[in-house]
Amino acid sequence: MTTTGVQAIIPAFQELKVCAEAHWKGLWKSGRTVITVGTAACGQAAGALEVLQAFRDEVSKLNLDCRVIEVGCMGHCYAEPIVIISKPGYPAICYGHVNPVIAGTLVKEFVAGDNPCLEFVLGALEKNDLIPSLSEFPRAQYEKKLILKNCGHIDPTDIEQYIANGGYLALEKALRMRPEKVIDEVKRSGLRGRGGAGFPTGQKWEICRNSAGKPKYAICNADEGDPGAFMDRSIIESDPHSVLEGMLISAYATGARQGYIYVRAEYPLAVERVQIALRQAKKLGLLGREILGSNFSFDIKLFQGSGAFVCGEETALIASLEGEAGTPHVRPPYPAVSGLFGKPTTINNVKTLTYVRHIINNGAEWFAGIGTKGSRGTAVFALAGKIVNTGLVEVPMGTTLRQVIFEVGSGIPNGKKFKAVQIGGPSGGCLPESALDLPIDFDSLKKAGAMMGSGGMVVLDEDDCMVEIARYFVEFTQRESCGKCTYCRLGTKQMLEILTDITKGRGKLEDIDMLQHLAEGVKAGSLCGLGKTAPNPVLTTLRYFRNEYEAHVREGRCPSLMCPDLIAYYILPHKCERSCDACVGTCSVEAISPDKKRIKVIDQEKCVKCNNCLVACPLQYNAVVKLSPPGKVPTSKK
Amino acid sequence: MMKTVSLTIDDKQIETQAGNTLLWAALDNGIYIPNLCSLRHAAAPAASCRLCWVEVEGKAQPVTACTEIAAEGMVANTRGTQALRLARNGFELLMASHPIECARCAALHVCELLKIAGHLNVKLNKNPYRKLVHHLPIDSSNPLFNYDPNKCVVCGRCVSICRERGTGVLGFAHRGFDRRATTFYDELIGDSACEQCGECVRACPSGALTFKVSVNV
Repeated sequence: MTTTGVQAIIPAFQELKVCAEAHWKGLWKSGRTVITVGTAACGQAAGALEVLQAFRDEVSKLNLDCRVIEVGCMGHCYAEPIVIISKPGYPAICYGHVNPVIAGTLVKEFVAGDNPCLEFVLGALEKNDLIPSLSEFPRAQYEKKLILKNCGHIDPTDIEQYIANGGYLALEKALRMRPEKVIDEVKRSGLRGRGGAGFPTGQKWEICRNSAGKPKYAICNADEGDPGAFMDRSIIESDPHSVLEGMLISAYATGARQGYIYVRAEYPLAVERVQIALRQAKKLGLLGREILGSNFSFDIKLFQGSGAFVCGEETALIASLEGEAGTPHVRPPYPAVSGLFGKPTTINNVKTLTYVRHIINNGAEWFAGIGTKGSRGTAVFALAGKIVNTGLVEVPMGTTLRQVIFEVGSGIPNGKKFKAVQIGGPSGGCLPESALDLPIDFDSLKKAGAMMGSGGMVVLDEDDCMVEIARYFVEFTQRESCGKCTYCRLGTKQMLEILTDITKGRGKLEDIDMLQHLAEGVKAGSLCGLGKTAPNPVLTTLRYFRNEYEAHVREGRCPSLMCPDLIAYYILPHKCERSCDACVGTCSVEAISPDKKRIKVIDQEKCVKCNNCLVACPLQYNAVVKLSPPGKVPTSKK
Repeated sequence: MMKTVSLTIDDKQIETQAGNTLLWAALDNGIYIPNLCSLRHAAAPAASCRLCWVEVEGKAQPVTACTEIAAEGMVANTRGTQALRLARNGFELLMASHPIECARCAALHVCELLKIAGHLNVKLNKNPYRKLVHHLPIDSSNPLFNYDPNKCVVCGRCVSICRERGTGVLGFAHRGFDRRATTFYDELIGDSACEQCGECVRACPSGALTFKVSVNV
């Protein structure tokens, strides 16, 4: 790079920064209240757009000097729609489960009046004497937000808010460093890829930089498809520029000239926000030719995946980008040597790229100081399933599963007992209670039979049948397998057949051994990562919950009372109330009828096990129970 | 003059062109390794049939011979227990989803599956896995040949050869267990742009594609 190039960077960026900071200050003009509404996909699903409209209507009706802006997801998805009201004289207050009516009340009572409506409060953003703050929540002592820091606090469709909050500073800094120095910094930080496999990011970049072939490409893999995982979606929806900045720095380091963000089309909001971000970055000269007046030119295109899970595998993703069917290829050569159109290509996960700016800003040593020896930095998890606080969490590597599930996630709802945690989606495994004190990092999870995966964490309680869970995931991988290689195409199908039989009570004891044999074969014999990891849910459930498999096979009993073919619904005569007909009306197949004493009886022949009667039976009677095996139902005399 | 490398496969000293894969090095030297998807002049190995496992000294796990470049001094074993187990398991999976009706099959005398079964000592009528076959209609619309998709082992030879020498009407479609070689939108081959060169039939190892009248292959 010429010296003039380097010299131009600082004033060019300074100009952007001054402008952005003025814009940000203008938003928080003294005396004005600012209302932020979380409108990421989780918020929108809970009705955030209606809430947003209600705020706007009410504010304009009362003609208040108040700004209502959209932000992303704060991670407290369980309490969506979430609203933060920052009113001068008060701490910034976060409200959960807001609906349009509450929105109207908040504007009238709090924005226009003086009543902060404590009944709707989730917590304050900073410590104060009035309201408990979010930082006093038990989860706060475990959380450490690096890449989620901006999420839920800035408008993702406004690049100036990002710049005013330290955005693109790392790019400016990187552009003044030599590319080798940038790679060295990332290498020394110990950053490992967050897409699942945990390959050292700096090393990947170095291989790409040193590989012959031009042009080079940088790809951001946002084809997140694991059931129960939504970290990448949330980051893109809430802070898209942090991903762009990471890509820009990676491209500068490797010498790439063209980038692609591969987002699955099922994430329309993420797609929209990336498009807006790309447009804004181009307009400010942060993308395109001679970025910030330097000699570095880089452009990014958005590419929408068409709904194939396997396209999250890097070679399949490249095939898809090239216009071919999304099927994987054998590695080596690795994409860093020969990737898109046969040119050196880096493929990094959304989260990996998002870390980069923090490493450049704060230095490799700072990042390496967080987490464990083999796994530096933080881990982002999407908490889902049977857990009180569903949502996104970011904790330092090395935090235990128990801390994440019981402290950060507040444990299992409805007083149920924890059974297992499914980590890493269809590629991961189910870990039992005995594994709860494992520190979360790449290596210890792998040793336990699961894997970090992209960060989905689905909590299962005593009502979840582990055989059914294994069957669910194998069904998923079989359906999503591209079918190219023998083991994955046919091995997962054979596994699915066996698992289906076991959940339907048709399994034999030798099926369990055959399942183990098949799972080991598919793991060893498959071509790509999808097949190699597809047996993990089966292998871990066999390892930790073999007794459940055996109960299904030997006794025809589902210990969790989940498999419909192995349970029967029964109404306890001594608990059934003669005057109540709740179950009768709710039964869709007219299987319930009263006997002579008006005690309700289920006709087992007719029952389709829809669970309606159990839900309908009033709590004070609680007369409907599930029995397994179905033979336990006493023969009734009509 | 191309550079050659010398290596040992199954205790046999062989020489092969540098850059050759283990699979072709072995096949060229009269050492058979089961394979279905490999094509000599393909730009990159498909590596999809998962049958050509070999054990290479210094490597903890067996590797597929079609993806392993033969290197000077390499010592490979095609008859190792681990390699054979992977090959057998894979082949048994294929056979569990292939109709065994050899006596009535037009490809009986050219069937590569029978050759592999013999080599791996796999009994076709004693498969440990469940019989999971498709029940798709046979496409006999082409005047020259029939296509029985139920017998397809998804090796992809017909697809490659059709793109290379034919009109490229064959491709892969569907996912997972349903993946198979077919035409665009599963149109009948007789209605497609096929020009009946017959190359696909000559390439098919599994009897899925067979000539209507037996011709010299």
